[in-house]
Amino acid sequence: MELKTFVGGLHPPDSKSRSAQKPIEQCPLPELLVIPASQHIGAPAEICVAVGDQVKKGQVIATAKGFVSVPIHASTSGEVVAVEPRPHPMGRNLPAVVIKPDGLDQWDDSLQGNNPDELDVDTLKKMICQAGIVGLGGATFPAHVKLSPPEGKTIDTLILNGVECEPYLTADHRLMLEECDQIIDGINILRKVLGISRAVIGIEANKPDAIAKMTAECAPHNIEVQALKVQYPQGAEKQLIDACTGRQVPSGGLPMDCGVVVQNVGTAAAISTAIRLGRPLVERIATVTGSAVAQPKNLRIAIGTPLQHLVDQCGGLTGTPGKIIMGGPMMGQAQLSLGVPAIRGTSGLLILREEEVSAKAAGPCIRCGRCVSVCPIHLQPTTIAAYARLSMFDETETCHALDCIECGCCTYICPATLPLVQSIRFAKGAIMEKKRKS
Amino acid sequence: MLAAVLSIGGIGFIAATALGIAAKKFAVEVDPRELAILEALPGANCGACGLPGCSGYAKGVVDGSIYPTLCTPGGSETIQAIANILGIEAAAVEPKVGIVACQGDNSKAANKYRYLGLQDCNAAQKLADGPKTCPSGCLGLGSCERACPFGAIEMTAENLAVINREKCTGCGKCVSVCPRQVIKIAPAEATVHVLCNSHDKGALVRKYCQIGCIACNICAKTVPDAYVIDKFLASANYEHIENAAAAIEKCPTKCIRDFSTGYPEGSSFLPPTIPAKTKAA
Repeated sequence: MELKTFVGGLHPPDSKSRSAQKPIEQCPLPELLVIPASQHIGAPAEICVAVGDQVKKGQVIATAKGFVSVPIHASTSGEVVAVEPRPHPMGRNLPAVVIKPDGLDQWDDSLQGNNPDELDVDTLKKMICQAGIVGLGGATFPAHVKLSPPEGKTIDTLILNGVECEPYLTADHRLMLEECDQIIDGINILRKVLGISRAVIGIEANKPDAIAKMTAECAPHNIEVQALKVQYPQGAEKQLIDACTGRQVPSGGLPMDCGVVVQNVGTAAAISTAIRLGRPLVERIATVTGSAVAQPKNLRIAIGTPLQHLVDQCGGLTGTPGKIIMGGPMMGQAQLSLGVPAIRGTSGLLILREEEVSAKAAGPCIRCGRCVSVCPIHLQPTTIAAYARLSMFDETETCHALDCIECGCCTYICPATLPLVQSIRFAKGAIMEKKRKS
Repeated sequence: MLAAVLSIGGIGFIAATALGIAAKKFAVEVDPRELAILEALPGANCGACGLPGCSGYAKGVVDGSIYPTLCTPGGSETIQAIANILGIEAAAVEPKVGIVACQGDNSKAANKYRYLGLQDCNAAQKLADGPKTCPSGCLGLGSCERACPFGAIEMTAENLAVINREKCTGCGKCVSVCPRQVIKIAPAEATVHVLCNSHDKGALVRKYCQIGCIACNICAKTVPDAYVIDKFLASANYEHIENAAAAIEKCPTKCIRDFSTGYPEGSSFLPPTIPAKTKAA
């Protein structure tokens, strides 16, 4: 099969072999679950339980505030022992609900499954929102917003993201192998909601078993499977659309501007569970891996499980940990400690040994242009970063800093170890702040 | 040859006449006082007065839309000059200087992570509220140093910002770029300051900083008028600065400093040789 791809990007060592052949395991519940109210892009949910309340699994503990927001649910049954700011993966203390599991893991009785064929589109969208479904690739954008294109935008293609281009992570890979039926059911529901028939699953060529399995299973459902070249960031929305359809998302635009909606395969499976079984998003699959983890695994974890508990399930740490990253090594977020909980966007937990982490001080730019050649958006990272260092934010905007997808290719390739993507992200923040003020 | 000389000369003459008439007819009248005031201002375009630059301030002063006493960098001399030009009486202006209310450099204050990103305090503050464990201490990446129009701020080898009291004009540019509001503007005649910005409780401050204020209240007991404790942080009361220095020896964490005897550790600035600026007569 011909491998499609995009222009730019690079190929870091994928390091997936540590966990790629490990079947998904159910992670036992920890002693305490810490469930933050902000786990998605958009307005944080508003906590609606108090200390002492008994909650059931799947019960709403925080309600959505606004359109770009989703409710948060209890990940197990038990007692609310605290409602207070707790360390959040974002690096600061944010409001969270702390639940002490009662060990029964009882679902809320009011949650009922439905047959999606009997429901109309608006009901389906509403159910997807109420189940708290967000993009599970890591960006955690509320799924119902993507499924509600504004007037005048026509969607003709649904792309399923099974690329998993981040090194180390294998959660989506295992999901495609083990829960293929749910993904396909989710795709059928998504196609019904969007009123379209074309669906494409993009999978990177380093997962031949997943490509073979999905191709065989999807054939009767009229779903295309597209093998893609192993190239980072193949799984970034705009690059995936380019590779699968040849269409370009305009600068400042959204995928729906070129008639496409992209959802992660994990999101599709979660949508199937939410509609068929009525069960909201209270668990997800995450890869716990890295050289400092004794036995890397793919775990099905309850949302709110502390990272330390995940490490304990994987045989603990070996060697001195040098860096704790939530997500993959390219776009994941470095953590201050293992005391923070796993949230809806936690696609993996990567712990690297001290000797693997290089922390060289930045040198001067040698104008080699490597960052320019790898930038998948075709920006000039070195120029934007130089302007950002000088606080010349209007100039960064004319260099299209806002189009940066923060994939980190420029920083990865820079021989002078300049903090390029960090500078561009800083500039983006400053530009957005200026726009809000004016 | 002659035709060429005459035609070019003629064009030149006509153009010169037209320009001369236009210059008279469309002349923009500038108040001579405005030019004189612009001449008297320091010309740093620092923005301390709240206007984009010195020319804007001169215009504002002349048309009466802004007070003539707002040029802090110029100090009382400039204000006297402006008053002379406008023919009004000059009000006394209190000279001011900036103070970095922190002495917790890398050798004395703990960090929660190692920061390798863009060397800018505002960028570092966005990443988990900055690498320093103290939520209010100086991040030491030099945003204020770069913003200072007078070159009055230096960064020590252990990453602490220090403001030179002789070069500082109190314009406040550094105050607006600091993401943690560590820099305060204080009267120049007050030389004793509590150099800490943390409102955390004493026990917590001790965990992350050797030289932070623990709100033990000893300074306020030693010199009752000179210090006030508010939300677990002592600060000097600039109304009563006479005996403030008496508490320096008593402070258990040594977070009170008299700038007339020296700058914080690691600074290359020498103690002021001239007495502190006092109120203009």
